[in-house]
Amino acid sequence: MTVITDALCPFCGCLCDDLTIVVEDNKITDVKQACKLGTAKIMGHHRIKAPMMRKDKNSEFTEVSYEEAINEAAKILSNSKRPLLYGWASSVCEAHKKGILLAEELGAIIDNTATVCHAPSTLAVHEKGLPSATLGQIKNRADVIVFWGSNPVHAHPRHMGRYSVFAKGLFTEKGRKGRKVIVVDVRKTETANMADEFVQVQQGSDYLVVSALRSILSGHADVVPDTVGGVPKEQLIKIVEVLKTAKFVSIFFGMGLTQSKSMYKNIDNAISLTFELNSFTKCVITPMRGHYNVTGFGQVCAWETGYATAVDFARGAPYYNPGETAANDVLLRKETDAAMIIAGDAGAHFPADSVRHLARIPVVQIDPYWNPTTEVSNVVIPVAICGVEVAGTAYRMDGVSLRMRKMVEPAHPPDTEILEKITERVRELRGE
Amino acid sequence: MTLNAILITGRTINQGATIENKTSLDYQEATAYCELNPKDIGILGISPGSCVSVTTDHGDVVVKLKENKGNPDGLAFIPMGPWANAVVNPDTRGCGMPGFKGIPSRIEPTEKKVLSMKELIARYK
Amino acid sequence: MELIIKNGTVYDPVKGINGDKTDISIRDGKIVDKVSGKATVIDAAGRLVMAGGVDAHSHIAGAKVNVGRIMRPEDTRSGIKPRTKITRPFTGYTVPNVYAMGYRYAQMGYTTVFEAAQAIMKARHTHEELEEIPIIDKGALTLFGSNWPTMDFVREKDMDKLAAYVAWGLLASRGFGVKCVNPGGGEMWGFGKNVNGLDDVVPNFDVTPKEIIVSLMKANEMLGLPHSLHLHCNNLGKPGNYKTTIASMELANQVKASKDRQVMHVTHLTFNSWGGTNWGDFESKADEVANYLNNNDNVTGDMGQLIWGSATTMTADGPVQYANAKLLHAKWGNGDVELEDASGVVPIYYVKQISVHAIMWAIGLELALLTKDPYKMLLTTDHPNGGPFVNYPEVIALLMSNKKRQEEIKTLHEAVHARTKIPEIERELDFGEIAIMTRAGTAKVLGLLDTKGHLGVGADADISIYDIKPDQIDPSVEHAKIKSAFSSAAYVIKGGQVVVKDGQITATPPGRTYWVDASVPRQHTNEMMKDIVKKFKNYYSMQLANYMVQDEYVTHAQVVKAGAIPVEVN
Repeated sequence: MTVITDALCPFCGCLCDDLTIVVEDNKITDVKQACKLGTAKIMGHHRIKAPMMRKDKNSEFTEVSYEEAINEAAKILSNSKRPLLYGWASSVCEAHKKGILLAEELGAIIDNTATVCHAPSTLAVHEKGLPSATLGQIKNRADVIVFWGSNPVHAHPRHMGRYSVFAKGLFTEKGRKGRKVIVVDVRKTETANMADEFVQVQQGSDYLVVSALRSILSGHADVVPDTVGGVPKEQLIKIVEVLKTAKFVSIFFGMGLTQSKSMYKNIDNAISLTFELNSFTKCVITPMRGHYNVTGFGQVCAWETGYATAVDFARGAPYYNPGETAANDVLLRKETDAAMIIAGDAGAHFPADSVRHLARIPVVQIDPYWNPTTEVSNVVIPVAICGVEVAGTAYRMDGVSLRMRKMVEPAHPPDTEILEKITERVRELRGE
Repeated sequence: MTLNAILITGRTINQGATIENKTSLDYQEATAYCELNPKDIGILGISPGSCVSVTTDHGDVVVKLKENKGNPDGLAFIPMGPWANAVVNPDTRGCGMPGFKGIPSRIEPTEKKVLSMKELIARYK
Repeated sequence: MELIIKNGTVYDPVKGINGDKTDISIRDGKIVDKVSGKATVIDAAGRLVMAGGVDAHSHIAGAKVNVGRIMRPEDTRSGIKPRTKITRPFTGYTVPNVYAMGYRYAQMGYTTVFEAAQAIMKARHTHEELEEIPIIDKGALTLFGSNWPTMDFVREKDMDKLAAYVAWGLLASRGFGVKCVNPGGGEMWGFGKNVNGLDDVVPNFDVTPKEIIVSLMKANEMLGLPHSLHLHCNNLGKPGNYKTTIASMELANQVKASKDRQVMHVTHLTFNSWGGTNWGDFESKADEVANYLNNNDNVTGDMGQLIWGSATTMTADGPVQYANAKLLHAKWGNGDVELEDASGVVPIYYVKQISVHAIMWAIGLELALLTKDPYKMLLTTDHPNGGPFVNYPEVIALLMSNKKRQEEIKTLHEAVHARTKIPEIERELDFGEIAIMTRAGTAKVLGLLDTKGHLGVGADADISIYDIKPDQIDPSVEHAKIKSAFSSAAYVIKGGQVVVKDGQITATPPGRTYWVDASVPRQHTNEMMKDIVKKFKNYYSMQLANYMVQDEYVTHAQVVKAGAIPVEVN
C-alpha cells in the first residue's frame, strides 16, 4: 500500500493540491480531502481499452494497434485542407506544447474548451485587462466576496472552503463570520442560499445591472431607474455601499456572464466596475475556470503563439479572430474538413449543428473515455489520464502553475507520446 | 399544457461527477432533465419525473421534468451536456461562443422517451 | 568542434583590447588559446567583433509577460513572421512569443539575458517560458522585497534566518539573484495602498523600506551571491523621486561587498531620476543621480531608456501600475501574489510631443552620458517598459552620435531644452564603451565575468560579429549604419555554434538557465523552515510540498554555487 500526500486534483480550476491518495496494487483504493467531483474522477470510470477504427460513422469500431491508429490519424490530418485540433483542457501543458507544434506543421486551427466557457472573458481582457490576484491573497484579505453567474457549490465545491467564503488567513481570522458574501444569479442556487445578499437578475440583464452599479458608484444614482434587470434600486445602492466600504473585494464570475446575452461585454463591464472600485477600496476579479487545466492551455498558447486560444496557422504564422477562428465558428461554417478532438468532448458540449458537421467529416479522438465524441469519430486512441496516471503541469484558475503527480502506472500511453508519433508520421507522409 | 420559458444550461455537481462516464445511465440521469419551479410545473399539469419535450428554434429534445424552487417563473434549466445542446443556439454572434443561455423554448408534456446518449448522437449522423 | 574567427577588429574591454586585430579560437563551446588547422574559419576581416551581448534586466518570461500577451493581441499582430524549416513563428513587438524572444536577441548579437522579476510562487511559470526561449542563456531574479518571511525576519533582526530564506527562496524559484521592488509597497498594495518613502512603516509587519533594503543587501553579501541586490526603488513613477533614489543608493554604504562588484544595482533609472513636484514642473534629475554614481563605487545602475511608440509596462510595483492605468485610462492587468509582492501590466504609447515622455527620453541618455564610468551604467530599455529590446541598436546609435541626438531633439516637445541637460551634452561613446555597457559591464554587475562578457581564454564562446569597419566609420555621422549593423549581426556564435549568419537564424540550440545554489548552515535553514511551515499551514493557498520548482522545469541548468560567509558591516 502506498499513500501519496499533497496530490493534485485533476478536475476543476481550483486545482486543490492537498489530496491524499491510497494506492494498493496499482489501484487507487481511497481518496481523501477531494470533493465529489475529484473523487469520482480519481476513483475512475469505464475506459476505452484499445485503439479503434471504423470505415464510416455508422459501422461498428474494430480494435486496432496503436501504430495503425496513429498512422490513420496522421493520414486524416495530413490530407485535410482545414484541420481543427480541439480540446486540451483535461491534459497537461506538456501535451499543449506538442499540440501547438502539430497545429503549426499542419497549418491547422487549434482551439480549446475555453471556447464554450471563458473565451469571452479573454475578449474582455483584450479590452480592459484583468485586475486579479492569487487565491491566497483573497483568502488572507478579502472581506467581501461576490459570485456573479457562478455556482461554486456545484462547479467548484472546495473553492469556498479553501480560498474564499470560509477560508481563514492573516487578515481574515474570523473566516465566514468576518465576510459578506454577495451572489448574483438568475435563480436561487445553493450558492445563493449561503449568501448574505442574493441579487436575482432577470436572465440576460447582467450588463444593465453592472452598469447601474457603476452609475451609483460614480455618484449618479439619480439616473438609475427603480428597478434594473429585475433588481430593485435600493438593493443596488446597498450593494455599492457594501463594496465601497470593504477592505478588499473579490469578484468571481462564471458562465452566467460569459454565456448570457452581451457575452464578453458583460465581463468588460464587470472589469470596469472592478477598476473603478479601486478608487474606494481594493478590488480584484477572477474567472471561475472549469477544467483543471483550461487555464494552462491559454498560458501555453499565449507564450508560444502570442494568442491565448482559437489560433489559425493556415498562414504559417498565428492568426486569431474568435468569431471567425473559434472551433464552433469553423464547424458551423462547415469549413473544417477533419478534426482531432483531444482531452475535451466536443460531441457533448457543442451545439447540435456543430456536432452534425463533426459527424460528416473524418474525426480522430484522443481520450481515455468513451463519450459523444467517440460516437462521431473514425479513429479513437485511448490514452492515460493526466494527473492520475501521468505527471505534468497545470495552471490553477488564478494562473498559479503546479505539477500534477502520477498516482498509478498507466495501462495506456500518455497523450504526449501519441501527439509526438502523429507529428512524426505527418512529417513522413508529407515527405519532410 | 404548454409553457414558454427562457432556457439556460449549466454545470451541476452530478453532471460533473459523471462527466467522465458519459455512456452510463448515471450521466443520463444527471443531465437529461429540465428544471422548472413548482408554479411552472403546475402550468404543465404533470408531475416531476414525467417526460417533457423542449423545443427551440434550433431543435428539440426529450428530457425528464424536475422541480427546482430556486428558478424564477418562466426559467428552465437543463444541465450542460448533449441533451441541452440539442436545443441551444449555435450562433456565436461574432465572438466564438454559442448561445448556451437565454434561449426561448416551448416545453410540453410528451409520451416520448428520453433518448440515450448514443441514440441522441445518432440523430446527427 | 573547432572554430577560428580571423582578422576581425576586436573590442574586448576586459582584456584591454580596443579595436585590435586579434584571432579568436574556439573549441567545445569555449574560447581557447589556439585550435588545430582543421578548425572552421570565419573571416571577420573588415568587421567588428565583440563578446555576445549580456542583458542584466529584461522582462522576457513569466506570468507578467504572458498577461501582457493575453491582454494585447494588437501587439502580437505586429512583428509576425511565419515558421520556416529552422524557426517557429515570430509574433509580437513589446511582448513577443518565446521564440521571437530568443531569435531577436540572437539576431542583435545578444546571447545571455536575465529576466528581471519572478515571484517564487510563480517561478514554475517563468521557467516553463525560459525553457522554450531558444538559443540564449538566461536566468531570473527572484522577488524578496515584500515577502512576509522577509519582513518578519527583518523585523526580528534575524539575519541568519533571512539569509537562509533568501538561499531557500533562490532554490525554490531556481533564481539567480535577489530582486527588491518598491520594498514594502507590494504588501501595502494588498489593501490598495503604497509606501511613500524609505522610512514609512509597513503596517502589521512593522518594518520600513530602508530596513528591508539594508537587510537584503546584508543577506546577499552573507551568501556571497554572484549578483548584488537588484533594486527597483520606492516612489517610482512619482515626480521628485530622485531624492528617494539617491537616499536608497546611500544605503549601500552600510554594507560591504563580498566580491569585486557593486553592493547594490539600481535598475531602470529613467523612471527613478525625476525632479519636480507634479507633471507640470516635471524635470530631469539624471545629473544628480549620475553625479552620485560618479562619486561612489559601490552602486551601479541601468538606463531603462525610453523608446518612441508602443511599450508595455510590467512590474512587480502593483500600486504604480494602478496609477498608470488610471492616468492613461488604459487596460490594467494586476497580479497580486499572496505573501509575495504584487504586479501590474499596462500598455503605454510614448509620444515625442508629450513633455513628460520627451524628458524621460532625455533622462536615459543623460544617465549614460553623464555617468563617467560605463561599468556603472548598463544599457537597457527595461524591456518592455521603456520599449522593446529590439531597439537597443537605436540606443547605441544615440549614445555614439550627438548629431543623431540633436536631430532627434528638434522633433521633441520643447520641455526637453529647459528641463533636461541633453541638448548641451556632446559626449559620444566609442565601441569600447558600448561593449562595456552591453557586455563586460553587464557581466560584471551580474557576477558572471569569469565566463561572460569577454573574449579571453576560458570564456564561453558567445561572440557577435557586426558589419562595421571601426577604423573607417564615423559613428557620429553614420549613425544609421551603426543602428542597422547592431540590429542584424553578420555572425553570432553561441556556445561555439553559429546561430546567426547575415542577420538570419541558422540554428536554434537550447540555452542554459543560470541559478544560484547558496549553502547556509543547516541549523539556520531548519530554524527558518519552522516559520515557512507555519506560513503554508495558515496563509498560503498551496502546499509546501508543491511549491518548489522541480528539476523537470530546468532541463539545461547552469548552477552557480555560493555560500554563507561572515558579513562585514561598516
